[in-house]
Amino acid sequence: MDAENWLVGILGRAFAFGTPLLWAALGETYVERAGVVNLGMEGMMLVGALTGFAVAHSTGNPALAILLAGVAGAVFSLLHAFMTITLRANQYVSGLALTILGTGATGLLGKAYEGQPLLDTLENISVPGLKDIPILGPMLFTDQSILTYLGILIGVLLWALLFRSRMGVMLRSVGENPKAVDAQGLNVTLIRYAAVVFGGFMAGVAGGFFSVAYRPSWTQGTTGGVGWIALAIVIFGRWNPLYVMLGSVFFGALYVLSFRLQEHISPELLNMMPYLCVILVLVLTALGKKGSGGVPEALGTPYRRGER
Amino acid sequence: MKQFAGFLLQERKAPSTRWTLLLSLVSIGVALVLLGVVFSLYGISPIKAYQTIFTGTLTDWSGFSAVLQRTIPLLLIGVGLVMAFRTLFFNIGAEGQLLVGATAAAGVGLFVPLPDPLTLPIMLLVGFLAGAAWAFIPALLKLKLQINEVITTLMLNYVAINLVNYLVQGPWKGKTAYGYAYTDPLKDSAWMPTLPGTNLHWGTLIIAVVFAVVTGLILGRTTEGFRMRILGESPSVAKYLGMNTLKTTLLVMLISGGAAGLAGVGELTGIHHKLLDPLQLSLGYGYTAIIVAWLARGNPLGVLITAPFFGLIFAAGDVMKVTLQMPFQIVDVFNGILLFLLIATEPLIRYKLVKAPEQTPIHTTRETPNGR
Repeated sequence: MDAENWLVGILGRAFAFGTPLLWAALGETYVERAGVVNLGMEGMMLVGALTGFAVAHSTGNPALAILLAGVAGAVFSLLHAFMTITLRANQYVSGLALTILGTGATGLLGKAYEGQPLLDTLENISVPGLKDIPILGPMLFTDQSILTYLGILIGVLLWALLFRSRMGVMLRSVGENPKAVDAQGLNVTLIRYAAVVFGGFMAGVAGGFFSVAYRPSWTQGTTGGVGWIALAIVIFGRWNPLYVMLGSVFFGALYVLSFRLQEHISPELLNMMPYLCVILVLVLTALGKKGSGGVPEALGTPYRRGER
Repeated sequence: MKQFAGFLLQERKAPSTRWTLLLSLVSIGVALVLLGVVFSLYGISPIKAYQTIFTGTLTDWSGFSAVLQRTIPLLLIGVGLVMAFRTLFFNIGAEGQLLVGATAAAGVGLFVPLPDPLTLPIMLLVGFLAGAAWAFIPALLKLKLQINEVITTLMLNYVAINLVNYLVQGPWKGKTAYGYAYTDPLKDSAWMPTLPGTNLHWGTLIIAVVFAVVTGLILGRTTEGFRMRILGESPSVAKYLGMNTLKTTLLVMLISGGAAGLAGVGELTGIHHKLLDPLQLSLGYGYTAIIVAWLARGNPLGVLITAPFFGLIFAAGDVMKVTLQMPFQIVDVFNGILLFLLIATEPLIRYKLVKAPEQTPIHTTRETPNGR
């Protein structure tokens, strides 16, 4: 196999593996833009993955399964929203609790589905016309999940919404200066709730991608730490959907590389790569900027009306 | 200020121990009731489930020793995390620090020829240092580059898991292990003594209790402890006083990581006697200890109560698994529910209930326009 095909192959799979990272990280980007950190990514993804699998298993409708995976993630994230926005609890601890509860609950409820085959999975498709473009065609438009195409479209859309619309200004202001938004008569609480629930939906879909499309099956803890990588991608992407898309493909490529290089290097060492890279990337991001460019000013702080 | 049923919710000057304890107990009670609901949904009568747990853990010696055995790592890590949280360092990496501590100690036990009496002490020392070093990385990255420690400590957990997997499947794989992924057994002098008929490595338990007491004294009675408390309660004051926050935070992180490393040595030398699958070496102690520390409300001595409680929960998980064929994840469900309840009731700690005065209640304008 020549080098070009090899590279196209890697990047093609990078888009596939980057898809759950992309959905989850895009959602979290909006959550954090609104000033809330949700570390419950793994928990929401697992809830989405189990829901997706259960729905696909019983209805045979993978599209419905993905949709309900998102809904389940959204419902689950309401817990975090209530804790952090209404009760103003510590966001880090609440997110961790969401992950612990999600891991436990799906492990308990998913027991019956372990080892069961899934007959109706979300099939990969090729885009007619576009798939014949040299290099880009075989890389991006051949034999990919519809969620990959959708994820990229949504990413661009979210970027446009965030930076080119009134809604985006509103969302960013809530994360930067909630007081000012409140003074304009907008409802900070409502906007933050909406952002968290949206993030939950996106994480749920990301989980559904695992169990209904990527490797159609359910095993306890099937997301295996991907949620944490998605959180790091948001930081790496400086809370900008376009960079977040780049980050997702980059980390997707890292995963693919760790499979491909197994003949030469021990797989366990390769499995470390994405996690070490997260740290490396965070260090480089921190070294490369002066000040705190991109971080929403009010990130992590609850908003209390009438407080000076 | 809010009023209900003749009572007034009033802000307190300082949180009282009794009130905090009451709130914690109520949280635990509610979590147990909710867990009972989970049991019934699972088709198991909650009464029978709690009966089984009670008889399986607290009525005989083998059950009780299992509780104490689970308590050891939770106590060590929990105390370390109390310290870390008090200085506002969210160390979520105890899982990795435990694994690295066990790995380093295993390396010494397997490959370094040492006189018998020195073997265990040196393994403990090396394990402590390795755990501390693993915690040093995220601490330094936070202090020097303002990199969020939650992400870095977590990433290092996965690095540690893969590191152990690599060693036990590759270079350290035992000659006697055949198809399995673990090392050769440690020599006898590297075995932590246990009480007969149990896995209770009492040496580590003593170390853990002493560690909790000493840490409590350091935090409460020394200048360094005073610095730690200021740093946690008011970073701006600490800065204003010209405190060396770098040194204090690093010290706390070294203690926190080192304690987790010690916990790893305890599991290695007291129970498994070989390095093996990381998920068997730590059953999520590093994550559960976060709740242990949270429930102790910033008091190292409080961990002496909360760690055995979660030791009981872990042992109960084993009982549920064996007797009622329930997945061990039931422990996570309980932990998640309880953690949510704890943070939800956290704001109440700063308030107290008092009898409302006879006259018409006074509404202050400060809280009412909340509009929710």
